[in-house]
Amino acid sequence: MTELFSLSAREVSDKIKCSEISAEEYVTSVFLKIKEVEDSLNAFVTLTESSALKKAREVDKKLRNGEDVGRLAGVTLAIKDNICTEGVRTTCASKMLESFIPPYNATVVERLLKEDAIILGKTNMDEFAMGSSSENSYFGPTRNPFDLSRVAGGSSGGSAAALAANESALALGSDTGGSVRCPASFCSVVGLKPTYGLVSRYGLIAYANSLEQIGPFAKDVYDCALLLSVIAGHDVKDGTSANVRKEDYTKDLTDDIRGMKIGAPREFFGKGVEEDVVKSVWKGIYSLEDLGASYEEFSLPSMKHALATYYLIAMSEASSNLARYDGVRYGYSEKIDAKDWNKMFSSNRRIGFGPEVRRRIILGTYALSAGYYDKYYLKALQVRTLIKEEFEKAFKKYHVIIGPTMPILPFKIGEKIDNPLSLYMCDALTVPANLVGCPAISIPCGVIHNLPVGMQVIAPFFGESCLFRIGYAFEGVVKK
Amino acid sequence: MFMKKSLSEEDIEHIAWLARIELFEKEKQVFTQQFNTIIDYFRAIDGVNTNGVEPTFHVLNLSNVYREDIVEDSMSVKKALINATRKERGYFKASKIV
Repeated sequence: MTELFSLSAREVSDKIKCSEISAEEYVTSVFLKIKEVEDSLNAFVTLTESSALKKAREVDKKLRNGEDVGRLAGVTLAIKDNICTEGVRTTCASKMLESFIPPYNATVVERLLKEDAIILGKTNMDEFAMGSSSENSYFGPTRNPFDLSRVAGGSSGGSAAALAANESALALGSDTGGSVRCPASFCSVVGLKPTYGLVSRYGLIAYANSLEQIGPFAKDVYDCALLLSVIAGHDVKDGTSANVRKEDYTKDLTDDIRGMKIGAPREFFGKGVEEDVVKSVWKGIYSLEDLGASYEEFSLPSMKHALATYYLIAMSEASSNLARYDGVRYGYSEKIDAKDWNKMFSSNRRIGFGPEVRRRIILGTYALSAGYYDKYYLKALQVRTLIKEEFEKAFKKYHVIIGPTMPILPFKIGEKIDNPLSLYMCDALTVPANLVGCPAISIPCGVIHNLPVGMQVIAPFFGESCLFRIGYAFEGVVKK
Repeated sequence: MFMKKSLSEEDIEHIAWLARIELFEKEKQVFTQQFNTIIDYFRAIDGVNTNGVEPTFHVLNLSNVYREDIVEDSMSVKKALINATRKERGYFKASKIV
């Protein structure tokens, strides 16, 4: 059998539609790969092999009968374990939801199933999406396929690692402060955080609802555009869903970037960013210049407050969003009948949540508490406005803003876990796009000492086509 | 208003209580230290001039997102109860409040 598991989504879709391969043999090949590498990676929390094969056979039957099939017919998909899949346990990598079985599908899952995608299983992550390394998982860390002693990034580490190791053709993650882009960078795959409101959050288990979006992962830019085309668009079930029509991002995908103006903020290449990473990304920008784009360095002074602003808002929202986990309607509950309602909740939550989750809920509660609300939460929201205004001003001059995705290379497992603040610092370059709400993509940009570097491209609201164009053009250069 | 310079273990316990999360005895000291380090870092935004700046609660200009008041099917009781730890006669069962 040829290496079917290494095919891109576009290749799989084309080959299955013209009957060169069957969906069943392709999915079988992928599961063989999973069996080979999964023990060393720990990318998945739950695998759904029998239902995946069943769906593959259904796709094959439809094709034999001459019926229409969806855009993703036969294409394998790995889904981050904070996205609800009906009948398939969805844990958020937490003891709190270890046995939780959603009674409904997230909208993105419905849209994928409608296009005949094959869902392989649910991927590992930092608990409740809180982390940048996928080490904060109740099910153990996910390892980086490039170096098993290093992190895959987070919080969507499982999805990125699964793709990089050919355990799936496509994957979904969620990005609140960089949780798609960070693992994309660390695992050398393409990962996009869409414009806020472009992709429905219905069925995404909330961490910080004004910041997060479900985002596509893919092995290349075309595939990423394909996946986004399927999941994006207005959803009546999500009150924060933008009123935009569905768009096909693959339709006019071109590598022509002549005349595109790139802004390179000094703060993205400054203190705290490793020199090798800086060199790698600048090399990437020069390549884009060779293709006809132009660049200019400029300053975004509000960047120095972006991290504190992000964490204050995210933690405050988290304290509210995770208040629902009391062990009554769902979630971990001790088997004893507590006499006191409050004591019962506190005990369930102490045991159900890991330390990072508890830390963030408590910090968020503090930031929202009487006497501190104005000083911390409201102040952060005001600084958010200033950051937003700086970006809006920059986008009047530049089509895109480019910098590294991560300030450092993938670090060793266990290296930062005892120092929460040092882990938070890893998000410095990714949080601005979440605060502002604009789209951002991470594209593989080289390898240093066998460790991947990612280039981050940020565009104005609903500028995903621009991101894909730059990415597609850059990919062409890297391939040569 | 006087803001305490650093928080004590008792302060952290109180906030944890507000969040209805008990802390394990062995982690109170470490949590308190980490908490103070992180809050110190957050205090950096104190110095930003935000006079007259409106807060951004949400990045999209959406408001009053309504739908037509048409009755639709809702989730069945059976489905809604599948993850309940304790249930009785079609209800979620919880501890006594009064």
